[in-house]
Amino acid sequence: MLRFIAKRLGLLVLTLFGLSLLLFFWVRALPGGPATALLGERATPEAIAEINAAYGFDQPIWTQYVTYIGKLLSGNFGVSTQTKLPVLEQFGNQFPATFELAIFAILFAVIVGIPLGYWAARHYGKWQDNTSVVLSLLGVVIPVFFLAFILKWIFAVQLGWLPTAGRADVRLDATHYTNFYVLDGLITGELDAAWDAFKHLILPGIALGSIPLAIITRITRAAVLEVQGADYVRTAKAKGMPNTILRNRFILRNALLPVVTTVGLQLGLLFAGAVLTETVFAFQGVGYGIAQAISNADYPVLQAYIIFIALIYSVINLVVDLLYGVIDPRVRVK
Amino acid sequence: MSANIPDPNQLPEPLPPAGDRPIDAVVMTGPPAGEPEPGTAADKGDTRHADRGTSLWGEAFQRLRRSPIAIVGAVIILLFVLVALLAPWLAPYGGEDTPGMSLVTPTDIPGIGTPGYPLGLDNFGGDVLSKLIWGARSSLLVGVISTCIGLLGGMVLGALAGGFGGWVDTVIMRVVDILLSVPNLLMAVSIAAIAGQTPFAVMIAIGAAQIPVFARLLRSSMLQQRGADYILAAQTLGLSRSKITMSHLLPNSTGPVIVQATLALATAVIDAAALSFLGLGGGVPQTAEWGRMLTVAQNFLSSAPQLAFLPGICIAITALGFTLLGESLREALDPKARKR
Repeated sequence: MLRFIAKRLGLLVLTLFGLSLLLFFWVRALPGGPATALLGERATPEAIAEINAAYGFDQPIWTQYVTYIGKLLSGNFGVSTQTKLPVLEQFGNQFPATFELAIFAILFAVIVGIPLGYWAARHYGKWQDNTSVVLSLLGVVIPVFFLAFILKWIFAVQLGWLPTAGRADVRLDATHYTNFYVLDGLITGELDAAWDAFKHLILPGIALGSIPLAIITRITRAAVLEVQGADYVRTAKAKGMPNTILRNRFILRNALLPVVTTVGLQLGLLFAGAVLTETVFAFQGVGYGIAQAISNADYPVLQAYIIFIALIYSVINLVVDLLYGVIDPRVRVK
Repeated sequence: MSANIPDPNQLPEPLPPAGDRPIDAVVMTGPPAGEPEPGTAADKGDTRHADRGTSLWGEAFQRLRRSPIAIVGAVIILLFVLVALLAPWLAPYGGEDTPGMSLVTPTDIPGIGTPGYPLGLDNFGGDVLSKLIWGARSSLLVGVISTCIGLLGGMVLGALAGGFGGWVDTVIMRVVDILLSVPNLLMAVSIAAIAGQTPFAVMIAIGAAQIPVFARLLRSSMLQQRGADYILAAQTLGLSRSKITMSHLLPNSTGPVIVQATLALATAVIDAAALSFLGLGGGVPQTAEWGRMLTVAQNFLSSAPQLAFLPGICIAITALGFTLLGESLREALDPKARKR
């Protein structure tokens, strides 16, 4: 087991190393090179020469690469050209927002998706099944940002039940220790702040969760259909196994294997998918940061955020693979 | 001689009118009468397909024709393509024209049913109907071109990896793994950001972001086929490796890739809208592009929600068409489903 983890971690390091190499050349492939990227519109030939000397862009490319890797390893990801904040610090501010949002979205998708898929499979071919198939199809074809618009229009603009944008009501002067707003509210006992932060999560969370919801429903349905037709289920039924045990221990547990993988993969994807949702709701998370970085050509931020997201995505995938062994003894690594 | 070895899945149709079920039924009872190559690998090794008398794709097409879902998908796609191609004749105004500029004020945007402008005007005074029609054209263009880029790049990489194996495979798949560690949309966004903010950059970005998926799919499909009997037969007959790869392995491994390409068209249409929604498509604000129309519409959500709903519905319906067709194609090509 330990060897398996070590091997996967090794691969992870290799992947990140490869990615950093790609990103290094990516920024150097920019029209005008990295100096233009840093300067943006203020890029005069003199300014470019100055930056090149200051940042060492005039040195041989391999020297530059070694310096760059050295900086990455010591946690120096550069400074945002826009906010002038160190990139790592900015990420630290924005990550909790996206984390909260992604957790809300995936919980929504799991809580609705697994029962919906199960329900569809139990009523295979009936209207319940058809409904779930249509719903999961809609979840895939409706663009996330369009769904975000619809939700915003109905629940925020028309009904006024939920806030239209942001992470928290600015009029509430809440204390933030961790930047996880809901958590902060609970820690400090400012329950109104926690509730307010939660309300700000609902619409973007549902919009963001729509794709995982569709996929989880679909996978659960397919998995339950496959398992409930299996010979061992039929045998257990024939032997008079009580229905609850049959459903929970025989069908659901075996059907959940592919679902766990899907949930993990989808959670990883949410961190990137949040770009659109966070833009629609002006939700100040990582995705919003990326959108800002794009429109301001803020390459240090973009470059670092891609590495961070890839890291999160890979770590989640690793955890999912390990979880797989916990749920299914058959695939446990010897 | 070597050129005469047919792939079991790609046998020439022995009977001209393949569309008729009764004929199929007759064929199934025995070996097809007019089979031109007796005693070849296909006859001896894998008679199942030969007995059916139709090729894998021929049969898949038969299934598609009977599936109402596939037909709905195909009709949607057909309509979309027609609208896109005939845009100059269908649209009352040009994509960036603002014929109703005098009718629009910041607080009042005429909605659906305005005389002369059936779907109303946008905040620039552009005719929404015309913009939707021109938008179909740019969506089709971006969708098709980007998917072609992804398909082509992915197939070259996948075929190299699956065909050569060894260190070529290792190197290519490592790079693919690295690329897959960045979520697809984020990769498209990053590529579009450096490629400059133009519609062309959006195509490249969406296409390039799809390359790793296609590469991995083709490679694994080729690896699956590699152990098949007909490949062994071809090897036994002494065919060269490149011949086996190019005319046996590759044609028989494209099924999943084609399915993915159809589904990728749906994703490409959505991603194209997403990228131009983020402002990566470039151009003037009143560009007739569905994603761009949504960007502008978000400022008028409370006063003119139709500006957001109409392009959004267009994107969803187009994506629905490609998804329905792709899913039906997947089912039609699925060996499990074919046995029924």
